[in-house]
Amino acid sequence: MTSLRLVPTIVRLTLFEALRRRTLWALIALTGVVVILTGLGFEYLVSQARDRGTSELQLQLGVSQVLILCAFMFGFILATTAAFLAAPAIAGDVESGVLQAMLARPLGRGTFVLGRWLGLSIVVVGYGLGAGLLEIGAMKLTSGYGPPDPLGAAGALAGQGVIVLTLTLFLSSRLPSIASGAVAVVAFGLGWGVGVLGGVGAALGVDSLETVSSIVRVAFPSDGLWRSAIFALEPPAVIAVLSANRSTAVLQANPFFAGKGPDPLYLAWCAAWVAGVVGLTIVSFRRREL
Amino acid sequence: MMTMEAAIETRDLVKRYGRTTALAGLTMRVDRGEVFGFLGPNGAGKTTSVKLLLGLAQPTSGGGTVLGAPLGDREARRRVGYLPELFRYQPWLRAREVLALHCALAAIPPPQRFGEISSALDLVGLTDRADDLVGTFSKGMQQRLGLGTALLGRPELVLLDEPTSALDPVGRADVRRIIRTARDRGTTVFLNSHLLSEVELVCDRVAVVDAGRVIAAGTLDELLGDGSVRIRVDGLAPDDRQRLARFGPLTDDGDWLSIRTIGTAQIPELVAAIVGAGGRVHAVEPGRASLEERFLGLVGADPGASDPEARST
Repeated sequence: MTSLRLVPTIVRLTLFEALRRRTLWALIALTGVVVILTGLGFEYLVSQARDRGTSELQLQLGVSQVLILCAFMFGFILATTAAFLAAPAIAGDVESGVLQAMLARPLGRGTFVLGRWLGLSIVVVGYGLGAGLLEIGAMKLTSGYGPPDPLGAAGALAGQGVIVLTLTLFLSSRLPSIASGAVAVVAFGLGWGVGVLGGVGAALGVDSLETVSSIVRVAFPSDGLWRSAIFALEPPAVIAVLSANRSTAVLQANPFFAGKGPDPLYLAWCAAWVAGVVGLTIVSFRRREL
Repeated sequence: MMTMEAAIETRDLVKRYGRTTALAGLTMRVDRGEVFGFLGPNGAGKTTSVKLLLGLAQPTSGGGTVLGAPLGDREARRRVGYLPELFRYQPWLRAREVLALHCALAAIPPPQRFGEISSALDLVGLTDRADDLVGTFSKGMQQRLGLGTALLGRPELVLLDEPTSALDPVGRADVRRIIRTARDRGTTVFLNSHLLSEVELVCDRVAVVDAGRVIAAGTLDELLGDGSVRIRVDGLAPDDRQRLARFGPLTDDGDWLSIRTIGTAQIPELVAAIVGAGGRVHAVEPGRASLEERFLGLVGADPGASDPEARST
């Protein structure tokens, strides 16, 4: 494993690529526009609600739900970005021939995969945390409302991005770039969809739907992290009110509500899942012939 | 007796992709310090062989060594340079940055990197474009960059897969010069090509591969065999003319004498014999089958052209 010393070289190359290809700059510019527009939207929403004598609790409920909706859109953009950044990270270099000259050097394939994964994770986590906290900050500034755990929420969304990029990188070790990205985005969408169905199953008492949803949350833990992000964005007062007014089962059917926070065991499983899939990617890429 | 360690040695190397056999028992030896031409028609298994040597693909059976280490050995790859047939480098990097990346990958000590990069850029004529993005380069310039990349750190062995495929005649001449420079400083050059004239000009030894196995190998003299010579001569008596037949089958066309199957080493002796007999030599035109003619004979429809004497590797 002497070539592990080259991991930082591949990480730097990956970061450099993200900057030079202007993908990151485009995302940052777009995020700036979105943050400004949603900030203005929050300001308008809150001022209108206050003018009409809406209670603070109702205001918190409304603002937190809009914020969760924004987080959902942001999470989708982040996951899609992660998929399309990671899709060509191995397959693209194999297809273009760039890797032939690199892997003829004393560079191990495991080192290359690790470097790629680390570099992409830095981009996704950095962008996820930065953009997420900026959005929450803009909302706090304009509406006065701040979620209980902004870092936890942004962290969970960034974690969701890392889950998607890890799966995409694994696919990229075997499939062409476009197929890898498309499959990963579909898997992300299905994961969320099955999570919603699991909630509906719980509300209606359909055990099989709940079971399938639980299995999917373990096999591809993006939806579990999305639930953690929701919980981190909900004010405790809102959770208490919602829980008092409806049965727990009915609340579970709401895809934008989470009644409890993440189980540390589940978060540990997410970390183990990522490590395991990165390991599988290394094994898969080592067996690939160039 | 001590045998010098080969730069490359393969034994019965077989590579199959599903039902397709790319290599069917490749056995060859490349000595250190030589320029070795690896010839073959399209689909003969040349690029597959290079990939197996570098560990980019795994053999189905058989084995070999590169610089004394098993095929694909990571430490040995530190001492190897490679220009792939599909030469592509990160289009979003500058030429200098590509070379810096490969310096890091090849574990060239940081204090030496600046000098290595400048030297490589100079060698391949890209100093003026060092700070331009590779994405703006023509194919020929990218191939030059690839050649510079392959020669970073003065590798002990450099594998060049079709190194002149995108170059104009000036570029090809430059590549021949670069190959000779590399050989002069002790680098073994493995030249994978189907441009026979290039190979004939720079290679010490060649192997011809077809259908995944070596069908002939040796020095150019061994492969091409004895040649012929035409001499324009006068002042030579008819008997003296006929005596020259001891050098080989003679054809007397008046001013011109032609002698076949004569070794190049015998030509000075022939000229001396003519002059000694009172003849005057106006022109000497040595000739022999070109590598292209020999190659076409080996891989073409005439199986009899394959010379069993030249098959030993």
